[in-house]
Amino acid sequence: MHWLFEPGFFSSHAVHVACVIGSIVAVVSGVVGVFTVVRGQSFAGHSLADVATAGGSGAFLVGISPLFGFVAGGVVGAGAMEMIGVRRARGRDLATGIVLGASIGLAALFLYLGTTRSSTTGASQQILFGSIFSTVSSTVPIVAVFSVVCLGIMALVHRPLLLSSVSTDMAAARGVPVRVVGLLYMLALALAVGLSSLAIGAILSTALLIGPAAIALRLTRRIGWAIVAACLCGVGAVLLGVLLAYDSYDWSSTHAYWPVSFFIVVIIFLGYLATELPFLRAARTPRRQGEPAAPGAGR
Amino acid sequence: MTDPDHPQVAPRELLAVEGISVSLSGRQILDNVTFGVRAGEFTGLIGSNGAGKTTLLRVILGLQRPSAGRVLVLGAPRRQHTRSMGYVPQKILLDPDMPLRARDLVALGIDGNRFGFPTASKQCREAVDEMLHAVGAESFSDARVGILSGGEQQRVLIAHALIGRPQLLLLDEPLANLDLKSGQEVVALLDRIADEQQIAILLSAHEMNPLLPVMDRIVYLAGGRAASGTTEEVVRDEVLSALYGYEVHVHTLHGRIVVVAGPMEETELPPDPTLRAV
Repeated sequence: MHWLFEPGFFSSHAVHVACVIGSIVAVVSGVVGVFTVVRGQSFAGHSLADVATAGGSGAFLVGISPLFGFVAGGVVGAGAMEMIGVRRARGRDLATGIVLGASIGLAALFLYLGTTRSSTTGASQQILFGSIFSTVSSTVPIVAVFSVVCLGIMALVHRPLLLSSVSTDMAAARGVPVRVVGLLYMLALALAVGLSSLAIGAILSTALLIGPAAIALRLTRRIGWAIVAACLCGVGAVLLGVLLAYDSYDWSSTHAYWPVSFFIVVIIFLGYLATELPFLRAARTPRRQGEPAAPGAGR
Repeated sequence: MTDPDHPQVAPRELLAVEGISVSLSGRQILDNVTFGVRAGEFTGLIGSNGAGKTTLLRVILGLQRPSAGRVLVLGAPRRQHTRSMGYVPQKILLDPDMPLRARDLVALGIDGNRFGFPTASKQCREAVDEMLHAVGAESFSDARVGILSGGEQQRVLIAHALIGRPQLLLLDEPLANLDLKSGQEVVALLDRIADEQQIAILLSAHEMNPLLPVMDRIVYLAGGRAASGTTEEVVRDEVLSALYGYEVHVHTLHGRIVVVAGPMEETELPPDPTLRAV
Protein backbone atom coordinates (compact mmCIF):
# COMPACT_ATOMS: atom_id res chain seq x y z
CA MET A 1 0.00 0.00 0.00
CA HIS A 2 3.02 2.28 0.14
CA TRP A 3 2.50 3.36 -3.42
CA LEU A 4 -0.87 4.87 -2.37
CA PHE A 5 -0.36 5.99 1.20
CA GLU A 6 2.98 7.70 1.41
CA PRO A 7 4.90 7.20 4.68
CA GLY A 8 3.71 9.58 7.35
CA PHE A 9 0.29 10.22 5.84
CA PHE A 10 -1.64 8.82 8.79
CA SER A 11 0.57 10.40 11.43
CA SER A 12 0.78 13.88 9.91
CA HIS A 13 -1.01 16.49 12.01
CA ALA A 14 -1.59 18.72 8.96
CA VAL A 15 -3.30 15.81 7.18
CA HIS A 16 -5.57 15.21 10.17
CA VAL A 17 -6.66 18.84 10.31
CA ALA A 18 -7.13 18.93 6.54
CA CYS A 19 -9.27 15.77 6.56
CA VAL A 20 -11.45 16.97 9.44
CA ILE A 21 -12.03 20.47 8.05
CA GLY A 22 -12.40 19.18 4.48
CA SER A 23 -15.02 16.61 5.47
CA ILE A 24 -17.08 19.07 7.51
CA VAL A 25 -16.98 21.60 4.68
CA ALA A 26 -17.89 18.96 2.09
CA VAL A 27 -20.98 17.94 4.08
CA VAL A 28 -22.14 21.56 4.46
CA SER A 29 -21.49 22.22 0.77
CA GLY A 30 -23.38 19.06 -0.22
CA VAL A 31 -26.50 20.00 1.73
CA VAL A 32 -26.58 23.64 0.63
CA GLY A 33 -25.37 22.80 -2.89
CA VAL A 34 -28.32 20.54 -3.71
CA PHE A 35 -30.73 23.37 -2.91
CA THR A 36 -28.55 25.84 -4.82
CA VAL A 37 -28.72 23.70 -7.97
CA VAL A 38 -32.43 22.98 -7.48
CA ARG A 39 -33.16 26.70 -7.14
CA GLY A 40 -31.00 27.49 -10.16
CA GLN A 41 -28.92 29.86 -8.02
CA SER A 42 -25.38 28.74 -8.78
CA PHE A 43 -25.00 32.28 -10.11
CA ALA A 44 -25.68 33.59 -6.60
CA GLY A 45 -23.04 31.19 -5.28
CA HIS A 46 -20.47 32.51 -7.75
CA SER A 47 -21.27 36.11 -6.85
CA LEU A 48 -20.93 35.42 -3.13
CA ALA A 49 -17.59 33.72 -3.79
CA ASP A 50 -16.34 36.87 -5.53
CA VAL A 51 -17.36 39.05 -2.59
CA ALA A 52 -15.92 36.46 -0.20
CA THR A 53 -12.59 36.80 -2.03
CA ALA A 54 -12.50 40.47 -1.11
CA GLY A 55 -13.48 39.60 2.48
CA GLY A 56 -10.81 36.93 2.83
CA SER A 57 -8.14 39.24 1.43
CA GLY A 58 -9.22 41.98 3.81
CA ALA A 59 -8.99 39.57 6.75
CA PHE A 60 -5.43 38.68 5.68
CA LEU A 61 -4.56 42.37 5.51
CA VAL A 62 -5.74 43.07 9.06
CA GLY A 63 -4.25 39.82 10.27
CA ILE A 64 -7.20 37.67 11.32
CA SER A 65 -8.20 34.22 10.14
CA PRO A 66 -9.33 34.41 6.49
CA LEU A 67 -12.37 32.30 7.41
CA PHE A 68 -13.92 35.30 9.18
CA GLY A 69 -13.29 37.41 6.10
CA PHE A 70 -14.78 34.82 3.75
CA VAL A 71 -17.92 34.49 5.86
CA ALA A 72 -18.25 38.25 6.47
CA GLY A 73 -17.83 38.94 2.74
CA GLY A 74 -20.38 36.27 1.86
CA VAL A 75 -22.93 37.57 4.35
CA VAL A 76 -22.53 41.17 3.12
CA GLY A 77 -22.89 39.94 -0.47
CA ALA A 78 -25.96 37.90 0.42
CA GLY A 79 -27.57 40.89 2.12
CA ALA A 80 -26.86 43.09 -0.89
CA MET A 81 -28.26 40.52 -3.32
CA GLU A 82 -31.37 40.08 -1.22
CA MET A 83 -31.93 43.85 -1.25
CA ILE A 84 -31.57 44.04 -5.02
CA GLY A 85 -33.42 40.75 -5.51
CA VAL A 86 -31.51 37.67 -6.65
CA ARG A 87 -33.38 37.36 -9.92
CA ARG A 88 -33.06 41.03 -10.71
CA ALA A 89 -29.35 40.90 -9.92
CA ARG A 90 -28.98 38.17 -12.51
CA GLY A 91 -31.08 40.12 -15.00
CA ARG A 92 -28.97 43.26 -14.52
CA ASP A 93 -25.86 41.46 -15.64
CA LEU A 94 -23.94 44.64 -16.44
CA ALA A 95 -24.33 46.21 -13.01
CA THR A 96 -23.75 42.87 -11.30
CA GLY A 97 -20.66 42.16 -13.38
CA ILE A 98 -19.16 45.56 -12.55
CA VAL A 99 -19.83 45.13 -8.81
CA LEU A 100 -18.32 41.64 -8.79
CA GLY A 101 -15.35 42.82 -10.82
CA ALA A 102 -14.83 45.58 -8.25
CA SER A 103 -14.76 43.05 -5.40
CA ILE A 104 -12.04 41.05 -7.12
CA GLY A 105 -10.18 44.33 -7.71
CA LEU A 106 -10.47 45.09 -4.00
CA ALA A 107 -9.08 41.62 -3.30
CA ALA A 108 -6.10 42.42 -5.58
CA LEU A 109 -5.37 45.58 -3.58
CA PHE A 110 -5.73 43.89 -0.17
CA LEU A 111 -3.50 41.00 -1.20
CA TYR A 112 -0.86 43.37 -2.61
CA LEU A 113 -0.83 45.54 0.52
CA GLY A 114 -0.82 42.51 2.80
CA THR A 115 1.98 40.78 0.92
CA THR A 116 4.20 43.86 0.81
CA ARG A 117 3.73 44.44 4.53
CA SER A 118 4.30 40.91 5.81
CA SER A 119 6.26 39.59 2.83
CA THR A 120 4.44 36.25 2.94
CA THR A 121 4.04 35.44 -0.73
CA GLY A 122 1.90 32.36 -0.06
CA ALA A 123 -1.08 34.44 1.03
CA SER A 124 -2.49 35.08 -2.44
CA GLN A 125 -2.36 31.38 -3.21
CA GLN A 126 -3.97 30.60 0.14
CA ILE A 127 -6.86 33.08 -0.23
CA LEU A 128 -7.60 32.53 -3.90
CA PHE A 129 -6.94 28.82 -4.31
CA GLY A 130 -6.98 27.54 -0.75
CA SER A 131 -4.41 25.77 1.32
CA ILE A 132 -6.06 23.32 3.60
CA PHE A 133 -2.71 21.93 4.77
CA SER A 134 -1.64 25.22 6.30
CA THR A 135 -4.89 25.74 8.24
CA VAL A 136 -4.16 25.78 11.96
CA SER A 137 -6.03 23.29 14.12
CA SER A 138 -7.50 26.09 16.25
CA THR A 139 -9.70 26.88 13.22
CA VAL A 140 -11.55 23.56 13.61
CA PRO A 141 -13.95 24.74 16.37
CA ILE A 142 -14.83 27.87 14.35
CA VAL A 143 -15.49 25.75 11.29
CA ALA A 144 -17.68 23.50 13.43
CA VAL A 145 -19.72 26.43 14.78
CA PHE A 146 -20.32 27.95 11.33
CA SER A 147 -21.26 24.50 10.00
CA VAL A 148 -23.74 23.84 12.77
CA VAL A 149 -25.37 27.24 12.19
CA CYS A 150 -25.55 26.60 8.44
CA LEU A 151 -26.95 23.07 8.74
CA GLY A 152 -29.37 24.29 11.42
CA ILE A 153 -30.75 26.91 9.04
CA MET A 154 -31.14 24.31 6.29
CA ALA A 155 -32.91 21.89 8.65
CA LEU A 156 -35.26 24.67 9.66
CA VAL A 157 -36.22 25.94 6.21
CA HIS A 158 -35.79 22.97 3.87
CA ARG A 159 -39.47 22.25 3.24
CA PRO A 160 -40.71 25.83 2.77
CA LEU A 161 -37.56 26.40 0.68
CA LEU A 162 -38.35 23.44 -1.56
CA LEU A 163 -41.95 24.56 -1.95
CA SER A 164 -40.94 28.11 -2.87
CA SER A 165 -38.41 26.68 -5.35
CA VAL A 166 -41.33 25.01 -7.13
CA SER A 167 -43.37 28.22 -7.17
CA THR A 168 -43.11 31.27 -4.93
CA ASP A 169 -46.81 31.99 -5.45
CA MET A 170 -47.82 28.49 -4.39
CA ALA A 171 -45.64 28.79 -1.30
CA ALA A 172 -46.93 32.27 -0.45
CA ALA A 173 -50.51 31.05 -0.91
CA ARG A 174 -49.79 28.34 1.66
CA GLY A 175 -48.66 31.02 4.10
CA VAL A 176 -44.90 30.53 3.67
CA PRO A 177 -43.01 33.76 4.47
CA VAL A 178 -41.16 33.52 1.15
CA ARG A 179 -38.80 36.46 1.72
CA VAL A 180 -37.72 35.29 5.18
CA VAL A 181 -37.10 31.79 3.86
CA GLY A 182 -35.12 33.19 0.90
CA LEU A 183 -33.05 35.38 3.21
CA LEU A 184 -32.25 32.50 5.58
CA TYR A 185 -31.22 30.37 2.62
CA MET A 186 -28.92 33.14 1.33
CA LEU A 187 -27.35 33.31 4.79
CA ALA A 188 -26.75 29.55 4.72
CA LEU A 189 -25.31 29.89 1.21
CA ALA A 190 -22.96 32.65 2.40
CA LEU A 191 -21.73 30.43 5.25
CA ALA A 192 -21.26 27.48 2.89
CA VAL A 193 -19.31 29.63 0.41
CA GLY A 194 -17.14 30.96 3.25
CA LEU A 195 -16.36 27.47 4.55
CA SER A 196 -15.73 26.17 1.06
CA SER A 197 -13.39 29.11 0.41
CA LEU A 198 -11.34 28.03 3.41
CA ALA A 199 -11.03 24.51 2.03
CA ILE A 200 -10.32 25.09 -1.64
CA GLY A 201 -10.00 28.86 -2.01
CA ALA A 202 -12.46 31.61 -2.70
CA ILE A 203 -12.13 31.43 -6.48
CA LEU A 204 -12.82 27.69 -6.54
CA SER A 205 -15.34 27.55 -3.70
CA THR A 206 -18.37 27.11 -5.94
CA ALA A 207 -16.81 23.98 -7.47
CA LEU A 208 -17.22 22.19 -4.15
CA LEU A 209 -20.67 23.70 -3.71
CA ILE A 210 -22.11 22.95 -7.14
CA GLY A 211 -20.09 19.97 -8.38
CA PRO A 212 -21.05 17.21 -5.93
CA ALA A 213 -24.68 18.44 -5.97
CA ALA A 214 -24.78 18.32 -9.77
CA ILE A 215 -23.35 14.79 -9.75
CA ALA A 216 -25.87 13.67 -7.10
CA LEU A 217 -28.83 15.13 -8.98
CA ARG A 218 -27.87 13.02 -11.98
CA LEU A 219 -27.98 9.86 -9.93
CA THR A 220 -31.22 10.01 -7.97
CA ARG A 221 -34.82 11.17 -8.21
CA ARG A 222 -35.25 11.88 -4.51
CA ILE A 223 -34.03 15.02 -2.81
CA GLY A 224 -33.11 13.20 0.40
CA TRP A 225 -30.88 10.77 -1.46
CA ALA A 226 -29.48 13.60 -3.56
CA ILE A 227 -28.30 15.35 -0.38
CA VAL A 228 -26.73 12.14 0.96
CA ALA A 229 -25.04 11.46 -2.39
CA ALA A 230 -23.76 15.03 -2.68
CA CYS A 231 -22.23 14.83 0.82
CA LEU A 232 -20.57 11.49 0.03
CA CYS A 233 -19.24 12.77 -3.33
CA GLY A 234 -17.89 15.90 -1.69
CA VAL A 235 -16.25 14.09 1.24
CA GLY A 236 -14.79 11.51 -1.16
CA ALA A 237 -13.37 14.18 -3.44
CA VAL A 238 -11.85 16.12 -0.53
CA LEU A 239 -10.25 13.09 1.15
CA LEU A 240 -8.92 11.73 -2.12
CA GLY A 241 -7.65 15.20 -2.99
CA VAL A 242 -5.82 15.47 0.33
CA LEU A 243 -4.28 12.03 -0.21
CA LEU A 244 -3.12 12.80 -3.75
CA ALA A 245 -1.74 16.18 -2.72
CA TYR A 246 0.25 14.51 0.04
CA ASP A 247 1.54 11.91 -2.40
CA SER A 248 2.42 14.55 -4.98
CA TYR A 249 5.41 15.61 -2.87
CA ASP A 250 7.49 12.88 -4.51
CA TRP A 251 6.07 13.20 -8.00
CA SER A 252 8.63 15.70 -9.23
CA SER A 253 12.26 16.23 -8.42
CA THR A 254 11.50 19.67 -6.93
CA HIS A 255 9.71 18.00 -3.98
CA ALA A 256 6.72 20.29 -3.51
CA TYR A 257 3.11 19.57 -2.60
CA TRP A 258 0.70 20.23 -5.46
CA PRO A 259 -2.35 22.30 -4.44
CA VAL A 260 -5.11 20.21 -2.81
CA SER A 261 -7.77 22.30 -4.53
CA PHE A 262 -6.42 21.24 -7.93
CA PHE A 263 -6.99 17.58 -7.07
CA ILE A 264 -10.42 18.18 -5.51
CA VAL A 265 -11.68 20.14 -8.49
CA VAL A 266 -10.31 17.60 -10.98
CA ILE A 267 -11.89 14.70 -9.08
CA ILE A 268 -15.27 16.49 -9.06
CA PHE A 269 -14.93 17.21 -12.78
CA LEU A 270 -14.10 13.57 -13.55
CA GLY A 271 -17.02 12.46 -11.36
CA TYR A 272 -19.34 14.70 -13.34
CA LEU A 273 -18.05 13.25 -16.60
CA ALA A 274 -18.56 9.76 -15.19
CA THR A 275 -22.28 10.40 -14.76
CA GLU A 276 -22.42 10.42 -18.54
CA LEU A 277 -21.28 6.78 -18.58
CA PRO A 278 -23.95 4.44 -20.02
CA PHE A 279 -24.65 2.39 -16.87
CA LEU A 280 -25.00 5.51 -14.71
CA ARG A 281 -27.20 7.16 -17.29
CA ALA A 282 -29.52 4.16 -17.15
CA ALA A 283 -29.91 4.65 -13.41
CA ARG A 284 -31.29 8.13 -13.84
CA THR A 285 -33.48 7.51 -16.86
CA PRO A 286 -36.94 8.32 -15.58
CA ARG A 287 -38.85 5.16 -14.93
CA ARG A 288 -42.47 5.58 -15.84
CA GLN A 289 -45.21 3.05 -15.64
CA GLY A 290 -48.38 3.40 -17.63
CA GLU A 291 -49.06 5.18 -20.85
CA PRO A 292 -46.82 7.82 -22.38
CA ALA A 293 -47.84 11.45 -22.28
CA ALA A 294 -50.76 12.40 -24.49
CA PRO A 295 -49.48 13.70 -27.82
CA GLY A 296 -49.17 17.45 -27.88
CA ALA A 297 -49.75 17.73 -24.15
CA GLY A 298 -47.69 20.33 -22.37
CA ARG A 299 -43.95 20.61 -22.56
CA MET B 1 -74.41 40.07 -8.59
CA THR B 2 -73.60 39.74 -4.92
CA ASP B 3 -75.87 41.62 -2.62
CA PRO B 4 -73.91 43.66 -0.08
CA ASP B 5 -75.61 41.85 2.80
CA HIS B 6 -73.84 41.23 6.00
CA PRO B 7 -72.14 37.80 5.92
CA GLN B 8 -74.34 36.54 8.77
CA VAL B 9 -77.35 37.00 6.52
CA ALA B 10 -75.76 34.90 3.76
CA PRO B 11 -73.74 32.24 5.59
CA ARG B 12 -73.27 30.13 2.46
CA GLU B 13 -71.10 32.84 0.93
CA LEU B 14 -67.67 31.18 1.13
CA LEU B 15 -65.78 33.95 -0.61
CA ALA B 16 -66.89 37.56 -0.94
CA VAL B 17 -64.93 39.87 -3.22
CA GLU B 18 -66.10 43.40 -2.43
CA GLY B 19 -65.27 46.36 -4.63
CA ILE B 20 -61.73 45.27 -5.47
CA SER B 21 -59.70 47.78 -7.50
CA VAL B 22 -56.06 47.32 -8.45
CA SER B 23 -53.73 49.79 -10.15
CA LEU B 24 -50.30 48.60 -11.23
CA SER B 25 -47.81 51.32 -12.20
CA GLY B 26 -50.54 53.79 -12.99
CA ARG B 27 -52.62 51.39 -15.05
CA GLN B 28 -56.02 50.36 -13.74
CA ILE B 29 -56.14 46.54 -13.89
CA LEU B 30 -59.31 45.94 -11.87
CA ASP B 31 -62.10 48.45 -11.30
CA ASN B 32 -64.56 47.84 -8.46
CA VAL B 33 -64.91 44.09 -8.94
CA THR B 34 -67.55 42.49 -6.75
CA PHE B 35 -68.78 38.90 -6.70
CA GLY B 36 -69.27 35.97 -4.38
CA VAL B 37 -68.54 32.25 -4.44
CA ARG B 38 -70.78 29.86 -2.52
CA ALA B 39 -69.79 26.56 -0.96
CA GLY B 40 -69.66 23.64 -3.37
CA GLU B 41 -70.14 25.80 -6.48
CA PHE B 42 -68.14 25.71 -9.71
CA THR B 43 -67.42 29.29 -10.78
CA GLY B 44 -65.71 30.19 -14.03
CA LEU B 45 -63.64 33.39 -14.12
CA ILE B 46 -63.76 34.25 -17.79
CA GLY B 47 -61.88 36.97 -19.61
CA SER B 48 -59.46 37.47 -22.46
CA ASN B 49 -55.69 37.72 -21.97
CA GLY B 50 -54.86 40.78 -19.93
CA ALA B 51 -58.38 41.15 -18.52
CA GLY B 52 -57.00 40.89 -14.98
CA LYS B 53 -57.85 37.27 -14.13
CA THR B 54 -54.48 36.44 -12.61
CA THR B 55 -54.38 39.75 -10.72
CA LEU B 56 -57.82 39.05 -9.27
CA LEU B 57 -56.78 35.55 -8.15
CA ARG B 58 -53.62 36.99 -6.61
CA VAL B 59 -55.70 39.54 -4.68
CA ILE B 60 -57.97 36.75 -3.39
CA LEU B 61 -54.90 34.76 -2.32
CA GLY B 62 -53.41 37.78 -0.57
CA LEU B 63 -50.40 37.89 -2.91
CA GLN B 64 -51.40 41.28 -4.32
CA ARG B 65 -52.61 44.23 -2.27
CA PRO B 66 -55.68 45.89 -3.78
CA SER B 67 -55.84 49.69 -3.96
CA ALA B 68 -59.47 49.49 -2.80
CA GLY B 69 -61.96 46.90 -1.62
CA ARG B 70 -61.66 43.79 0.50
CA VAL B 71 -61.83 40.00 0.31
CA LEU B 72 -63.80 38.08 2.92
CA VAL B 73 -63.52 34.34 3.48
CA LEU B 74 -66.45 32.95 5.46
CA GLY B 75 -67.27 36.51 6.48
CA ALA B 76 -63.81 37.26 7.91
CA PRO B 77 -60.78 39.02 6.38
CA ARG B 78 -58.88 36.43 4.35
CA ARG B 79 -55.62 36.52 6.31
CA GLN B 80 -56.86 34.06 8.91
CA HIS B 81 -57.93 31.54 6.32
CA THR B 82 -54.89 30.56 4.27
CA ARG B 83 -55.62 26.90 4.94
CA SER B 84 -59.12 27.18 3.53
CA MET B 85 -57.82 27.99 0.04
CA GLY B 86 -55.97 25.77 -2.35
CA TYR B 87 -54.13 27.32 -5.28
CA VAL B 88 -53.02 25.90 -8.61
CA PRO B 89 -50.77 28.36 -10.51
CA GLN B 90 -50.92 28.67 -14.28
CA LYS B 91 -47.60 27.07 -14.90
CA ILE B 92 -44.66 25.85 -12.93
CA LEU B 93 -41.28 25.71 -14.61
CA LEU B 94 -39.42 22.74 -13.26
CA ASP B 95 -36.18 21.40 -14.60
CA PRO B 96 -36.43 17.73 -15.64
CA ASP B 97 -33.43 17.13 -13.35
CA MET B 98 -35.20 18.51 -10.28
CA PRO B 99 -35.31 15.66 -7.78
CA LEU B 100 -38.97 16.03 -6.92
CA ARG B 101 -41.36 13.17 -7.60
CA ALA B 102 -45.06 13.74 -8.10
CA ARG B 103 -45.73 12.23 -4.68
CA ASP B 104 -43.17 14.57 -3.08
CA LEU B 105 -44.95 17.61 -4.47
CA VAL B 106 -48.30 16.32 -3.20
CA ALA B 107 -46.74 15.66 0.23
CA LEU B 108 -45.53 19.29 0.29
CA GLY B 109 -49.25 20.16 0.23
CA ILE B 110 -49.48 18.69 3.75
CA ASP B 111 -46.37 20.10 5.40
CA GLY B 112 -44.58 22.27 2.82
CA ASN B 113 -45.24 25.40 4.88
CA ARG B 114 -43.82 23.95 8.09
CA PHE B 115 -40.36 24.63 9.43
CA GLY B 116 -38.04 21.99 10.88
CA PHE B 117 -37.80 18.30 10.26
CA PRO B 118 -40.73 16.42 8.72
CA THR B 119 -42.88 14.10 10.75
CA ALA B 120 -43.30 11.65 7.86
CA SER B 121 -46.02 9.41 9.21
CA LYS B 122 -47.74 6.43 7.67
CA GLN B 123 -50.90 8.53 7.81
CA CYS B 124 -49.33 11.17 5.56
CA ARG B 125 -48.16 8.59 3.04
CA GLU B 126 -51.62 7.06 2.92
CA ALA B 127 -53.20 10.49 2.42
CA VAL B 128 -50.78 11.16 -0.47
CA ASP B 129 -51.57 7.80 -2.09
CA GLU B 130 -55.28 8.43 -1.69
CA MET B 131 -55.02 11.88 -3.25
CA LEU B 132 -52.86 10.63 -6.15
CA HIS B 133 -55.57 8.04 -6.78
CA ALA B 134 -58.35 10.64 -6.60
CA VAL B 135 -56.77 12.74 -9.37
CA GLY B 136 -55.75 9.71 -11.44
CA ALA B 137 -52.01 10.25 -11.03
CA GLU B 138 -50.96 6.84 -9.63
CA SER B 139 -49.29 5.76 -12.85
CA PHE B 140 -46.75 8.59 -12.71
CA SER B 141 -46.58 9.13 -8.95
CA ASP B 142 -42.89 8.17 -8.78
CA ALA B 143 -41.81 10.16 -11.85
CA ARG B 144 -40.05 13.49 -11.56
CA VAL B 145 -42.54 16.36 -11.86
CA GLY B 146 -40.27 18.07 -14.41
CA ILE B 147 -40.69 15.31 -17.01
CA LEU B 148 -44.50 15.12 -16.80
CA SER B 149 -46.74 16.49 -19.53
CA GLY B 150 -48.82 19.63 -18.94
CA GLY B 151 -51.96 17.61 -18.16
CA GLU B 152 -50.11 15.32 -15.76
CA GLN B 153 -48.55 18.30 -13.98
CA GLN B 154 -52.00 19.87 -13.62
CA ARG B 155 -53.27 16.71 -11.90
CA VAL B 156 -50.32 16.68 -9.52
CA LEU B 157 -50.75 20.39 -8.74
CA ILE B 158 -54.47 19.86 -8.12
CA ALA B 159 -53.63 16.99 -5.74
CA HIS B 160 -51.08 19.26 -4.01
CA ALA B 161 -53.71 21.95 -3.53
CA LEU B 162 -56.48 19.55 -2.43
CA ILE B 163 -54.56 17.53 0.14
CA GLY B 164 -54.71 20.47 2.59
CA ARG B 165 -58.53 19.99 2.57
CA PRO B 166 -59.38 23.51 1.37
CA GLN B 167 -62.95 24.74 1.08
CA LEU B 168 -62.10 26.78 -1.98
CA LEU B 169 -59.83 25.77 -4.86
CA LEU B 170 -58.46 28.54 -7.09
CA LEU B 171 -57.04 27.56 -10.47
CA ASP B 172 -55.28 30.01 -12.79
CA GLU B 173 -55.84 29.06 -16.44
CA PRO B 174 -55.49 25.31 -15.86
CA LEU B 175 -56.58 24.60 -19.43
CA ALA B 176 -54.27 27.08 -21.17
CA ASN B 177 -51.41 24.68 -21.81
CA LEU B 178 -53.43 21.54 -22.41
CA ASP B 179 -54.63 19.85 -25.57
CA LEU B 180 -58.42 19.55 -25.90
CA LYS B 181 -58.69 16.03 -24.51
CA SER B 182 -56.50 16.66 -21.46
CA GLY B 183 -58.47 19.87 -20.86
CA GLN B 184 -61.77 17.97 -20.89
CA GLU B 185 -60.34 15.41 -18.49
CA VAL B 186 -59.17 18.08 -16.06
CA VAL B 187 -62.58 19.81 -16.15
CA ALA B 188 -64.37 16.51 -15.52
CA LEU B 189 -61.96 15.72 -12.67
CA LEU B 190 -62.59 19.11 -11.04
CA ASP B 191 -66.34 18.75 -11.41
CA ARG B 192 -66.23 15.32 -9.75
CA ILE B 193 -64.03 16.57 -6.89
CA ALA B 194 -66.24 19.60 -6.30
CA ASP B 195 -69.22 17.27 -5.97
CA GLU B 196 -67.54 14.57 -3.87
CA GLN B 197 -65.73 16.82 -1.43
CA GLN B 198 -68.12 19.80 -1.50
CA ILE B 199 -65.32 22.16 -2.50
CA ALA B 200 -66.01 25.45 -4.23
CA ILE B 201 -63.97 25.94 -7.38
CA LEU B 202 -62.96 29.25 -8.94
CA LEU B 203 -61.26 28.59 -12.24
CA SER B 204 -59.97 31.21 -14.66
CA ALA B 205 -60.05 30.65 -18.41
CA HIS B 206 -60.10 32.75 -21.54
CA GLU B 207 -62.54 30.37 -23.20
CA MET B 208 -65.89 29.64 -21.52
CA ASN B 209 -67.13 26.84 -23.78
CA PRO B 210 -65.24 23.91 -22.22
CA LEU B 211 -66.72 24.95 -18.86
CA LEU B 212 -70.36 25.40 -19.92
CA PRO B 213 -71.44 21.88 -18.84
CA VAL B 214 -70.02 22.20 -15.31
CA MET B 215 -70.17 25.91 -14.48
CA ASP B 216 -72.73 26.94 -11.83
CA ARG B 217 -71.86 30.62 -12.06
CA ILE B 218 -69.72 32.81 -14.23
CA VAL B 219 -67.65 35.89 -13.43
CA TYR B 220 -66.99 37.69 -16.69
CA LEU B 221 -64.05 40.10 -16.68
CA ALA B 222 -63.60 42.73 -19.37
CA GLY B 223 -61.88 46.09 -19.23
CA GLY B 224 -61.13 45.56 -15.53
CA ARG B 225 -64.83 45.32 -14.66
CA ALA B 226 -66.77 42.19 -13.79
CA ALA B 227 -70.29 40.85 -14.13
CA SER B 228 -71.35 37.72 -12.28
CA GLY B 229 -74.31 35.38 -12.14
CA THR B 230 -75.46 32.34 -14.05
CA THR B 231 -74.33 32.03 -17.65
CA GLU B 232 -77.82 33.01 -18.86
CA GLU B 233 -77.81 36.13 -16.71
CA VAL B 234 -74.34 37.31 -17.68
CA VAL B 235 -73.57 36.20 -21.22
CA ARG B 236 -76.08 38.51 -22.93
CA ASP B 237 -75.70 41.38 -25.36
CA GLU B 238 -76.71 44.13 -22.87
CA VAL B 239 -74.58 42.90 -19.95
CA LEU B 240 -71.43 42.26 -21.98
CA SER B 241 -71.79 45.46 -24.04
CA ALA B 242 -71.99 47.46 -20.80
CA LEU B 243 -68.92 45.61 -19.52
CA TYR B 244 -66.81 46.08 -22.63
CA GLY B 245 -68.01 49.65 -23.13
CA TYR B 246 -68.86 48.98 -26.75
CA GLU B 247 -71.39 46.94 -28.64
CA VAL B 248 -70.86 43.18 -28.54
CA HIS B 249 -73.15 40.34 -29.52
CA VAL B 250 -73.52 36.86 -28.15
CA HIS B 251 -74.16 34.09 -30.63
CA THR B 252 -74.78 30.42 -30.02
CA LEU B 253 -73.31 28.08 -32.60
CA HIS B 254 -73.75 24.33 -32.13
CA GLY B 255 -74.18 24.84 -28.40
CA ARG B 256 -71.04 26.95 -28.19
CA ILE B 257 -71.10 30.58 -27.23
CA VAL B 258 -69.29 33.11 -29.36
CA VAL B 259 -68.92 36.76 -28.39
CA VAL B 260 -68.28 39.11 -31.29
CA ALA B 261 -67.77 42.86 -31.37
CA GLY B 262 -69.42 45.48 -33.53
CA PRO B 263 -72.89 46.53 -34.70
CA MET B 264 -75.28 43.74 -35.62
CA GLU B 265 -75.69 44.97 -39.21
CA GLU B 266 -72.07 44.34 -40.12
CA THR B 267 -71.52 41.04 -38.38
CA GLU B 268 -75.00 39.59 -38.73
CA LEU B 269 -75.01 35.88 -39.26
CA PRO B 270 -77.07 34.46 -42.09
CA PRO B 271 -80.47 33.28 -40.86
CA ASP B 272 -79.47 29.71 -41.48
CA PRO B 273 -81.45 27.48 -39.05
CA THR B 274 -78.75 24.80 -39.02
CA LEU B 275 -76.35 27.27 -37.49
CA ARG B 276 -78.71 27.88 -34.58
CA ALA B 277 -79.29 24.20 -33.87
CA VAL B 278 -78.09 23.14 -30.44
